[in-house]
Amino acid sequence: MSKKYVMGNGAIALGALSAGVNLVAGYPGTPSSEIIETVVRYPHEGTYAEWSVNEKAAMEVAAAAAYCGARAMVTMKQVGLNVASDPLMSLAYVGVKGGMVVVSADDPGPISSQTEQDTRRFAEFARIPVFDPSSPEEAFEMVQDAFEYSEKYRTPVILRPTTRVDHAYASIEAPDTFHAREYGGFVKDSKKWVIFPRLSYMNHAMIEKRNTEIGEDFSSYRFNTVSGSSAKAIAATGVSYAYAAEFLKAYPDIRLIKVGTPYPLPESFLLNALEGVSEVLCFEELSPYIEESLLKLIGKHHLNISIRGKLTGDVPPSGENDADSAGRIISRFLGLEYAESSIDCSGAPQPPARPPVLCAGCPHRASFYAVKRAMKGKKAYFCGDIGCYTLGNAMPLDMVDTCLCMGAGITMAQGFNHMDKDAVAISFTGDSTFFASGISGVVNAVYNAADMILCILDNSTTAMTGHQPHPGTGRNLMAAPVEKVSIEKLLIAAGVTKVITVDPLDLDASTAAVKECAGIKGVKAVIFKSPCVAIVKPDKKMRTDSGKCVGCMRCIREIGCPALSVSGGKAVIDGNLCTGCGLCSQLCKFGAIGGAEE
Amino acid sequence: MKKDIMICGVGGQGTVLASKIIAASAMDAGFTVHSAETIGMAQRGGPVTSHVRIGDDAFSPLIPVGGADLLIAFEPSEAVRNLKYLKKDGFVIVNTVPVKPTSLGSSEGSNGKAEIEFVKSKCRCLTVNSDELCAPFGSSKFFNVAVLGTAAGSGELGLSKEIICDEIVKIVPERFREKNMAAFAAGYKLGEENNANQ
Repeated sequence: MSKKYVMGNGAIALGALSAGVNLVAGYPGTPSSEIIETVVRYPHEGTYAEWSVNEKAAMEVAAAAAYCGARAMVTMKQVGLNVASDPLMSLAYVGVKGGMVVVSADDPGPISSQTEQDTRRFAEFARIPVFDPSSPEEAFEMVQDAFEYSEKYRTPVILRPTTRVDHAYASIEAPDTFHAREYGGFVKDSKKWVIFPRLSYMNHAMIEKRNTEIGEDFSSYRFNTVSGSSAKAIAATGVSYAYAAEFLKAYPDIRLIKVGTPYPLPESFLLNALEGVSEVLCFEELSPYIEESLLKLIGKHHLNISIRGKLTGDVPPSGENDADSAGRIISRFLGLEYAESSIDCSGAPQPPARPPVLCAGCPHRASFYAVKRAMKGKKAYFCGDIGCYTLGNAMPLDMVDTCLCMGAGITMAQGFNHMDKDAVAISFTGDSTFFASGISGVVNAVYNAADMILCILDNSTTAMTGHQPHPGTGRNLMAAPVEKVSIEKLLIAAGVTKVITVDPLDLDASTAAVKECAGIKGVKAVIFKSPCVAIVKPDKKMRTDSGKCVGCMRCIREIGCPALSVSGGKAVIDGNLCTGCGLCSQLCKFGAIGGAEE
Repeated sequence: MKKDIMICGVGGQGTVLASKIIAASAMDAGFTVHSAETIGMAQRGGPVTSHVRIGDDAFSPLIPVGGADLLIAFEPSEAVRNLKYLKKDGFVIVNTVPVKPTSLGSSEGSNGKAEIEFVKSKCRCLTVNSDELCAPFGSSKFFNVAVLGTAAGSGELGLSKEIICDEIVKIVPERFREKNMAAFAAGYKLGEENNANQ
């Protein structure tokens, strides 16, 4: 045993390893990615771990392990649960033998996500229990409890951390080496493991009855707590509880109810906690889940308690809570004076907007620019996708017209093509996204005779989430060298008419490849292949020659590289950022930008 | 000890390593530590903050407005953006070298002077020029470790030089160790001079 200073995601990994987890699978996605990475960082005899190709695959791999009586964990971000919802909804009916924990990380804000969806609602929708940790320490314990409850009730359970729990660091006392549990193996029983309408009908009734029992069980669970005894109470979940608790340190009499297991609702616990309460403020993020649950509860029991929160406008409907909103909102509810004691910042110079941008030297910038050049003067739709390259939307590139969800770029380009034959339909898809959910879109395009150009931005990694390997990289999570899955061969096998692989840093060749594809009917592909600048060491940096630079600003206006800025009317390059990709030098009409060897 | 330390800057400047070293050092010194980082899309050139909370009564990972004892700003305008988190009697260490966002296009943007003057007018403050401080090491990438030295030398960090150096050895890859130790020493000297002047 030793104390380890780890991220909340690390705490979840350590908790699962402590519970003797046999199999862990998942797909990267902020804020969940570090869970699986931590699992493989510690000695873990007998634990199998993988980055699956997407969340649905991960859920199904894990389900089979749980059917074998093994303990399985599957990790993803909240929108990943949408992808995995097909197996999860059915699995909820079938049930499990070994403990199965689904970690779905929510992202209030949202900080790095498409939606502010609430996994607690998904748990209720799927009729399976959900644990809601308020800190890394609690997440470490809850994931172990979650395995126990999963086995006790033979159901998958969800652990739902949020970004601030996933990415907060704390010290966790945990073993240094881990051993996976023994498990019995799969026992064939088609009446149990094969989902059929009759089985679903019977299990549905069983699940509803069982969930009432779980709610009772949760009523004595140690992370459902109440402190203080005032008639005005605060009910909080997740990290919002931590903010509320910190503010209420100065007011120990105020009743603070923490709900660690939002579904099935711990009714007896809440009825006790609400004894003598006249008004409750629900302080939570994402949806008004606890608020609506309490409204149902007081209706069911005819209690005269007023419930406040998001539905009454006391708590904002969207965005994340923090220590300050906790202070402000709870003070207003309690009728306390809330004076912010901070420096008066009126009259401060306005800090500049800093939208996230593609890194200096990012090959995606060059790919986008080549397509932009090739399509100059033509009508074209640019369908983007999920990954670093969503940032191609920023000015001055402005090359992402749509972005919906993983893999949608390829299929949406087809829809645009069917609706507008005069335009060129182009999709941009990263390598990891292509493997996750792009392939079926390509087959759809070929099958339905779409006319489009697939641009595969292949930087040989899953960059946005922290450089995880994928099927095209030749390595997997267990670090074994594996056969690379070739994007080019897949495209050819699917019947793509023309496949050209280019180095995006060669601007003329890249532009020519796109132009060539635009002149051919059918489904064509350009694979822009160049590694992410964060995984290769740059071998040179570019410099501007102030004697030759005429200050036309073409380099800055055209590509928006963060290493380029203006000083004294001329372009300058920040040597700390430049990776020597050379895109700017290919643009300069005055030969003012050249490479200097490192 | 109870101390809330905020580190702010622009994605890519190395604020995460700085906060990791502070947190690990405080833990080694026997304190309870919590911290939080900006991770994900916002890291790509966006404003980033790290919150390091030392002491037993921090429930949540984020420092409240007006709660930070020390603000280490890697960039002048980011110091201004996050100044509200500083306690009224808190201390700021701020880099005078601006990072210009690409959103500026072909306009020159601020040279950072107005921001530095504003910060100076509002609180106790020590300014550091990352280009000058890191010139001997060939890259401003060493600023994160150098400014930790400044914070330690100024006496505002509340952690000893030895403990922090131990953590740098543990956390920084061996091939960068020597330069990082030298950067820390250079930063420390600067902080110490300021400490002596007070």
